[in-house]
Amino acid sequence: MKHRIASLVLARLAIALVTAIIVSFAVFFATAMLPGDTATILLGQAATPEAVEGLRKAMHLDDPAIFRFLRWLAGVVHGDLGVSYANNMPVAKLIGGRLVNTLKLAGLTAIIAVPLALTLGITAAMLRNTLYDRCLTIAIIGIVSVPEFMIATLAVLLFAVYLNWLPAVSFTSEIRTAYDFARAYAMPVVTLTIVISAQMIRMSRAAVVETLNTPYVEMALLKGASRGRIVLRHALPNALGPIVNAVALSLSYLLGGVIIVETIFNYPGVAKLMVDAVSTRDLPLIQSCAIIFCFGFLLLTTTADIIAILSNPRLR
Amino acid sequence: MTSDATSAGRRSRLGYRINAVGIAGALIVAFWIVVAFAAPSIIPHPIGDIVDSDYFGPMGRELWLGSDYLGRDMASRILMGARYTLGISVASVIIAGAAGVTLGVIAAIMGGAVDMVLSRLLDALNSIPSKLFSLVVVAAVGSSIPVLIVTMAVIYIPGAYRFARALAVNINTMDFVVVARIRGESLSYLIRAEILPNIIGPVLVDLGLRFVFIVLLLSGLSFLGLGVKPPYADWGALVRENIGGLPYAAPAVIFPSLAIASLTIAVNLLIDNLPTKIRDREAS
Repeated sequence: MKHRIASLVLARLAIALVTAIIVSFAVFFATAMLPGDTATILLGQAATPEAVEGLRKAMHLDDPAIFRFLRWLAGVVHGDLGVSYANNMPVAKLIGGRLVNTLKLAGLTAIIAVPLALTLGITAAMLRNTLYDRCLTIAIIGIVSVPEFMIATLAVLLFAVYLNWLPAVSFTSEIRTAYDFARAYAMPVVTLTIVISAQMIRMSRAAVVETLNTPYVEMALLKGASRGRIVLRHALPNALGPIVNAVALSLSYLLGGVIIVETIFNYPGVAKLMVDAVSTRDLPLIQSCAIIFCFGFLLLTTTADIIAILSNPRLR
Repeated sequence: MTSDATSAGRRSRLGYRINAVGIAGALIVAFWIVVAFAAPSIIPHPIGDIVDSDYFGPMGRELWLGSDYLGRDMASRILMGARYTLGISVASVIIAGAAGVTLGVIAAIMGGAVDMVLSRLLDALNSIPSKLFSLVVVAAVGSSIPVLIVTMAVIYIPGAYRFARALAVNINTMDFVVVARIRGESLSYLIRAEILPNIIGPVLVDLGLRFVFIVLLLSGLSFLGLGVKPPYADWGALVRENIGGLPYAAPAVIFPSLAIASLTIAVNLLIDNLPTKIRDREAS
């Protein structure tokens, strides 16, 4: 049955590729549709018609949209993301450092959130219907039903205003010691961790609960295995696939989270760059940021699906 | 959401039990709906008037929830904000629901190429993160209220489509649908009279959950300054306006957030505690 898995994975990858093309098409057209002529905007009101005409030609603005799309796509594939309207810098250069910052924030959050959420999710499943499990479930409903910025503002209120441990909404770019680092990153990371942990706890709890309801777990219980042994030796190996799938899916929520968190804490990442680009209507920059986010999201969801396929023993 | 609340009430008179938490949720939702309709006649001060000599004023007898960054009455602004948050969200959930469910049922009935093309396209749409999609649209066409409504509707069409299609596929194989087909009934008759009545319960519940996501997205966008623009203000925009009061723990920042949380948590509680007979009677 080996090639059945291979063909399923290949099919999923093909779907991802098609989706990537449709998505980049959508992003390009959403931004290309806006009213106003790019050449006129760039040259300003005082430009002569000849100059506007020349620039239109140089930028290939008179070509049919489909050619412009293909040219742009070819550029993206080669790493040429165009030039920012706002300050004439190559977009790739503007994004580079910002992307590293965002990945730093996301990576740090993942390192903290994943073990934390899995521990809570699995223990909640083990202690199903106890006070601990119920409190956790209520907390999760609360967290998933409030906006991310509310969690961020509550974190600021708690740590900066009432406890006075951390500076309020400001991100210091000067980081010299580990202490500075911790102070600067504490609140963004705490906020993001809370946001994505809630989903991860919910899904990993559900995955373990499902395996705990199977006949072989009941058998283990009947032969007198301890609760810890049942969960760790019998249930967990089979729940691993769904759990890893849940982790990958939850990490994709990071993308929505960073947009809010980077804005509220003034963190110099890609999401902040994009929100700023929206207010200055800097299209090449918006397109590139959007593509980066979409591909990141697609990568995570595709990984989640492939893990789900690979970890399903019925397909082996 | 009104339809969810009323259908829960009607069924409970028919003999289904709905528990206390569900009723509490329903009451909070009903409260905000009444506020949204009655806001202009119950606000204590006109929302544009500067009534406090100081900004970020504390809570008191005159100004229940303090004053905002210009010294305007916060309670009035929150009550009026309910109109925008609820109105925009309800409008887009209705559009998303109508379009998604119609397409989903059509895909289920027609099957074949129509089904595949629709599913692929909407799946692709679904793989654009929602905040990002709205950011791009706002960048391209600006953020007037109609644009916001349509954008958020488009974002949540794929979800509604997928849900309705999954349910309709099951119904579509049943004998009474096959018979109706053989009778030569039209597509619109099949949708209206055969499929829709059998999936409407779970579909409405699902739209309730989508309503929560839309409220959260709208608030998030307004918070980023890309949603509802002044002079109008929904709850997310109120948080944004007054974010400067955060270091002083001003009620002006806290209460709009609480308003959002009370609405979304109440809808979630209401839906979680609906009798299972309404939730998945037809799905099972």
